[in-house]
Amino acid sequence: MSEQFGLFNYWVVITLMMTGFYIVIARQNLVKKLIGLNIFQTSVFLLFITMGKVRGGTAPILDKTIEIYSNPLPHVLILTAIVVGLATTALGLAIVVRIDHVYETIEEEEIHDIERGIKR
Amino acid sequence: MIAEHPVIQILIPLLGAPLCVLTGRGVLAYWLALACSLASLFVATRLLATVMATGPIVYELGGWAAPWGIEYRIGPLNSFVLLLVALLGAMVMLAAKKSVESEIPGDRRHFFYAAMLLCQTGLLGITITGDAFNVFVFLEIAALSSYVLIAMGHQRRALYASYQYLIMGTIGSTFILISIGLLYQMTGTLNMADLAARLPAVGDTRTVLVSFAFFMVGVSLKMALFPLHMWLPNAYTYAPSIVSAFLASTATKVAVYVMIRFLFSIYGPAFAFDRIGVSQILGSLALVGIVIMSAAAIFQNNVKRLLAYSSVAQIGYIVLGISFASENGLTGGIVHLFNHGLMKGALFLVVAAVVYRVGSSDLNAFRGLGRAMPVTMFLFVLGGLGMIGVPLTVGFISKWYLILAAIETGHWLAVALVLLSSLLAVIYVWRVVEFAYFQPRDRDSDPVGEAPLSMLVPTAILVLATIVFGINTEWTVGVARAAAVFLLGGHA
Repeated sequence: MSEQFGLFNYWVVITLMMTGFYIVIARQNLVKKLIGLNIFQTSVFLLFITMGKVRGGTAPILDKTIEIYSNPLPHVLILTAIVVGLATTALGLAIVVRIDHVYETIEEEEIHDIERGIKR
Repeated sequence: MIAEHPVIQILIPLLGAPLCVLTGRGVLAYWLALACSLASLFVATRLLATVMATGPIVYELGGWAAPWGIEYRIGPLNSFVLLLVALLGAMVMLAAKKSVESEIPGDRRHFFYAAMLLCQTGLLGITITGDAFNVFVFLEIAALSSYVLIAMGHQRRALYASYQYLIMGTIGSTFILISIGLLYQMTGTLNMADLAARLPAVGDTRTVLVSFAFFMVGVSLKMALFPLHMWLPNAYTYAPSIVSAFLASTATKVAVYVMIRFLFSIYGPAFAFDRIGVSQILGSLALVGIVIMSAAAIFQNNVKRLLAYSSVAQIGYIVLGISFASENGLTGGIVHLFNHGLMKGALFLVVAAVVYRVGSSDLNAFRGLGRAMPVTMFLFVLGGLGMIGVPLTVGFISKWYLILAAIETGHWLAVALVLLSSLLAVIYVWRVVEFAYFQPRDRDSDPVGEAPLSMLVPTAILVLATIVFGINTEWTVGVARAAAVFLLGGHA
């Protein structure tokens, strides 16, 4: 039982990853797809942060009394990945705004119909 | 000075980009971008010369020793790819001025050039770095700027193409990020050389297997390996012509480089090829892709789209070479990576010239251009001969080594399919030639003149290079073989 609980974070990572991935594939709405992409990326952030945690470890401060400390590197890496994710979302939303301007819809199906010349 | 070259290679375009934005509207941004691209090409040439003369260069960023700091490690393979990216960056930039003036509105041109430089930064960075996480960061720099560049296409479909690429590309690079994370979890290092040393001890764990799976799917998405190529035809068709030329000749090639680097110098041939048997999967996907995509190219009515499908097929050739994991196979794959960059860059620049003069890349727009734009179309024919693989062009050299490797390993089906796809290439190149030389222009259409010299010269340089390296193969094949030997020896 405690073994399962110890892996709790990883189960959350898998759940989030699959939820996000499913939304990206299954949704037609361009904004919802981006939200799915965000959830997908967040699961990876959690994966990195979880692997940095050492049981019983404290913050990495150079002090004689501290022997076990958590690995800070994954956190720093994920800080970069968060910025990248932010940039991707911002750019994605900007493109969706432009798409909404020229197509007057953000539903994938309707965009395909417009391109095929089908009137709704 | 040469000691600082690796970091200067990245700094030139990286610092050039914000400067381009600061110059504001006007032609200054263009000249600045051109100067940066040419300087970057100069540095790349020096780097390759140094590597070939004195062996790999190791550069520690900020003076922090690896594995704590990030190191740039330049061997024969990356210096070769660096040269390709810098060369195409410079040639495309030389041709860019007129084409961009006709396709990008005046208030956005300086942003356009900034994005072009950032894209170059990303691609050069992926190639030069020796740190796995750094690869991801540069991958995203290159990807984000290419989404912006594609979205600048003047048709509205460019926006949707860019959005699709954004979704697919982000999934691809996030997969790569997951794989790097899992590798870090098992080894506690991100330095590529360090990873290679520590992985064999944990190679049997499921974590490493999963990381390998994530990596292969992610990188295949990035390089548009069949059947993960869905984003590519639209992106290349609707992007501004100059962007199509740059991305088609460099972006997917750099992704292939990442795959080679991870397969051979991180996971190692023993793990990837002997234990997982990645050869069969890559080889069969490549062969199916080569044939289906070459056939699909025949049915396209837009020359940009035709070339895009042919690009997916050509990625298949490169991957096929890698999948043999033999010296000749790798040499063929790496040399084709370079050769195809030259050919596709030239062909897309011809299309850019046609779009500049006629205003469309539709096959119908090519009617009668053999008479109206004789030099441009002649360059297209020469480039097309390279795509087919006619002797005395670079295409022949790559295919020669691929077929040699296939015969060596007894893959007769591969030999047959490579030859078949060359025939398919004859058909799709011929379609364009037929429209250009054997169909008259519409009588009521405006007269069309030869492409401007600023576009003809870089195209001609690239086409000339495809012929020079097709006749005198010593240099390209020499570098590629050195890279192949180096990789098979398990080095970076």
